[in-house]
This record gives sequence, structure tokens and C-alpha cells, in this order.
Amino acid sequence: MDLLIPEVGLLVWNTIAFLVLVFLLGKFAWKPIMKGIHDREQSIDEALNKAELARQEMARLSSQNEELMKQAREERDQILKEAKALKDGIVNEAKTQAQAEGAKLIEKARIEIENQKKAALAELKGQVSALSLDIAERVLRTQLDDKAKQQELVNNLLKDVELN
Amino acid sequence: MDYNRVFVSKVRRLIVVFALFSAFLGFTTGAFAQTDSVAAAGHEVVAPVTHGEEHGKEEKGFDITSFIFHHISDSHFFTLFGHGDHGVTLHLPIILWTDNGLVTFSSSAFQFDDAGKVVVEKNGQRFAIAHNKIYYANATADAHGSYVSHVTNEKGEETVTNVRPLDFSITKNVFSMLLSIIILVIVFTTVAAGYKKRAGKAPKGVQSFLEPIILFVRDDIARPNLGHKYAAFMPYLLSVFFFIWLNNMLGLVPFFPGGANVTGNIALTVVLAAATFLITTFKANKYYWGHILNPPVPWWLKPLMIPVEIFGMFTKPIALAIRLFANITAGHILVMSLLCLIFIFNSYAVAPASIFFAVFIGLIEFLVAFIQAFIFTILSALFIGMAVEEHH
Repeated sequence: MDLLIPEVGLLVWNTIAFLVLVFLLGKFAWKPIMKGIHDREQSIDEALNKAELARQEMARLSSQNEELMKQAREERDQILKEAKALKDGIVNEAKTQAQAEGAKLIEKARIEIENQKKAALAELKGQVSALSLDIAERVLRTQLDDKAKQQELVNNLLKDVELN
Repeated sequence: MDYNRVFVSKVRRLIVVFALFSAFLGFTTGAFAQTDSVAAAGHEVVAPVTHGEEHGKEEKGFDITSFIFHHISDSHFFTLFGHGDHGVTLHLPIILWTDNGLVTFSSSAFQFDDAGKVVVEKNGQRFAIAHNKIYYANATADAHGSYVSHVTNEKGEETVTNVRPLDFSITKNVFSMLLSIIILVIVFTTVAAGYKKRAGKAPKGVQSFLEPIILFVRDDIARPNLGHKYAAFMPYLLSVFFFIWLNNMLGLVPFFPGGANVTGNIALTVVLAAATFLITTFKANKYYWGHILNPPVPWWLKPLMIPVEIFGMFTKPIALAIRLFANITAGHILVMSLLCLIFIFNSYAVAPASIFFAVFIGLIEFLVAFIQAFIFTILSALFIGMAVEEHH
């Protein structure tokens, strides 16, 4: 039963020693150790969080880039389309303008021809009347000589007209 | 109270621990049975040889019980090797608080006596030592030459009736414990220096060896039981854990500076359990006291439950003290008993089996050294956790 009865001296030593141990370790060991472990865990957590944030930022940036590319492509298509429309417009306009100009020229030419024709007809009328007068004069002059000669004269005159 | 937390969250781990624990308990009971039979046999053989003659004449029989109990109990000498005058012994200082004040002298003055035959005179007082305890010596010696008076009861156990001075000697246990404290302080201040030097970096050397254990105490002992309030109790829990573990391990080392049975001495386990009890009691919140003084039971059960709860406040730390003391002492007794088989059978032939089993048990003891430190710490955390737990 000796084993179950604590010695007073041992109790005293154990109490003092254990209190000293807890004090010394608490002050000089556990405090810095727990703080060190805690700080390190926190810095690791922080680093992981930061890495995650960076990853998200990267994803965000790359998706933004994609968006920008898409937008740029659309813009380019738009510009090309506009340019094409503009070109078509210009060509069409030129075409209609040319047609109008051509038509105007043709009209002018037609009027000119008409005028020339009228002038030519007027001149022809003059010449025909002069010629007629001339023939009539000659006929009237010869009519008095001979009948046969008159016929011959008329025929000759007609021949002359044909030659003219 | 709420044991669920431990028994649910830690079920798998605890199953392993308790499996080992119960396996060990099996061994222990076996050991006690063995010791008992050994003791009985020893008494039969040694019955005619009284204690006084044991050292005086050459050994006729081998008193296993007293041999083992001599080894597991405290001592004023620290034998490095050999025996008595033929060996090398560290004589530890004796410090007595006597009727005439403080008396100090070296234990070498007793000349390895343990039967009260050598009287040391200091400050006009006379001291004799018997069974590792110092008594005021009688004026004259008895028939066996002993200066202390013995009374033998009907079981054959003899007790010394002399008055004792208060003994504050640096005994083997005190020496060993102080040594363990020096080791702990040196080791853990080194580790702490590592944390300061390599702040935020990976641990190195002894630091990387001890950090997982520190984290084990924090994450598997303190946090599950104490919740977010764990930080305040970490210094105590870590100190208790490493103090018990180191002393358990030192107790397993068969030669100097190990070999003292520090954690197998009730004086130490009582101090540790008292510390847990005091922390539990003084840190307890109103819910804890409410549970004890006004337990949630039908009113007619209260007269029964309140004394039970108050009784429970004390049984928990007492169980803590007894558990650690009994487990470590049992382990030491077991190893000693196995080795003593050689002397019981008085034959070299037994030695291989004896040594094989002693080594086997020694390995289990390594495990037990850790498990007992773990159990003491986790139960301390559990009791403190019950006292500081907030109810919603």
C-alpha cells in the first residue's frame, strides 16, 4: 500500500517543478512555437488565397481578351460591309450618271441631225425650184422651133436631172 | 455530459487506441496475476528470511516482491551500475526538515544501508534509513542490529513505527524529473528559436520532428475537446503531454539517467491530476456549475444526482492520477517479473524466453508511454472542455 500514499517531499518537489516547467515552457517555448505555427499557417492560407485570386484574375483577363477579339472581329466585318456598300453605291451612281450623259448626247446629236436634215431639205427645195425654173425656161425657149426637137430637149433635160 | 463529440468525431482513432489499451490491459492483468503467484512463491521460499538478514548473510532465496518494489519505488541513491560498494553510485543529497530545523547531508552517509542499521548523527539528531525512508533512529539497536522499530502484521508485512522528519531530499525521482525538465526546456526553447529564425519557412531538424506531435496535440487533442477556446489551454496541455511522455520514456531506459519510475509514482500523477482539477474548477463557467448543482433531471432525482455530480468532480481527476500511475507501474512490474523468472527457476535456460518476452513487453511499453501521455492529455482536455463549453 506504500505505493498509493504519496510522499510529502515528492509532492512538494513535483508541484514546484511542474509549475516551473509550465511557466518556462509557456513563456519561452509554447508561446513562440504556437505563434510561429499559427503565423506560418496563416501565411500559407494567404498565399493560397492569393494564388486563387490570381487564377481568377487570369481567367477574367483571358475571357476579356476573347471578348475584345470578338468585338474587333465584328467591327472589322462591319467596316468591310460598309465599304462594300459604299463602293456599290458609287459604281451605281456613276453608271446612272453615265447613262444620263449618254442619253443627253444622243438627244443633242438627234436634234443636230434633224436640223441638218431640215437645212438640207430647204436647200434641196431651193435647188429643185431653180432647176425647175431653168428647165421650164429651156423648154419654153425650144418649144417654138421643133416638136421633135422639143421632145429631144425634154429627154435631154431629164437625163441631166438624173445625172444630177 | 456531452461525450458525443469525442466518441463520434474520434471514433476510429479511439477504437485503435482502446484496442491497444485493452490489449495492454490484458497483459497487465496477466502481469498482476503472475506477480501475485510470484509473490506467493517468493514468500514461501523467503518466509524464514527476515528483512534484516537479507543483506547481512549471503542470499539464500530471492525475494522477488521486495526486489521489484525496490525497483519501482523511489530511492536516495542512483546506481549507475554494479551493486552497493562494488558499483558506481550517484549519492543524492538528503534534505530533512526536522524538529531542529533544516538538516542536509549526502546519502553516502548511510553506506547503502536500507534496514536501519546505520545511524547518521546531524545537529544532535540521529537518523536511520529503512525501505528507502528516513526515520529518527532509536537509541539502541534491536536483536537484528536495526535502529528502527518494526511491527509485523498478520499478512507478514512489516511497517516501521518510528517518527519521520519531513523529507525534501533530491531523490532518484526528483533528480530524474528535474533532468527531464531541463531536457524539455532546452529542447523546446531550441525548437522555439527555430520558429523565430525560420519564421514562415518549413521546419528543420528537431523542429520538424516535434512539430507534427505539437500539431497532433493541438488538432487531435485540444481542438476537438475545447473548440475555439483551445489556445488558452495549449501551454498546459503541451507541457503535460511532453512531460508525461518524456518521463514515461526515461522510465523505460534501464540505465542512468533513466530508470527512475517518475510517472509510475503516485506523487507525480496526483500533482498533474490536481492541476487538471484546479484548471477545470476555476475555469468552469455557469453551465458547468449549473449542471452539477442543478442537473437536468426530474426534481425527485435531484437529491440523488447532485451528490453524484459533486462526487464526479473529484472522481475524474482521481481516475486520471490512478490510471497513469497504475499503467506505468504495472509495465515496470511486468518487465521486472519477466526478468525475475530467471531467478525463480534459478536456471539460465529460462533466460532466452524471459528476455524475449521482456523485450516484447518493452516495445509495447514504448507504445504505452505514448498512449498514456495521450490519454492523460486528451482526458484533461475533455474535462476542461466540459467545464468551459458554451450551451446554446
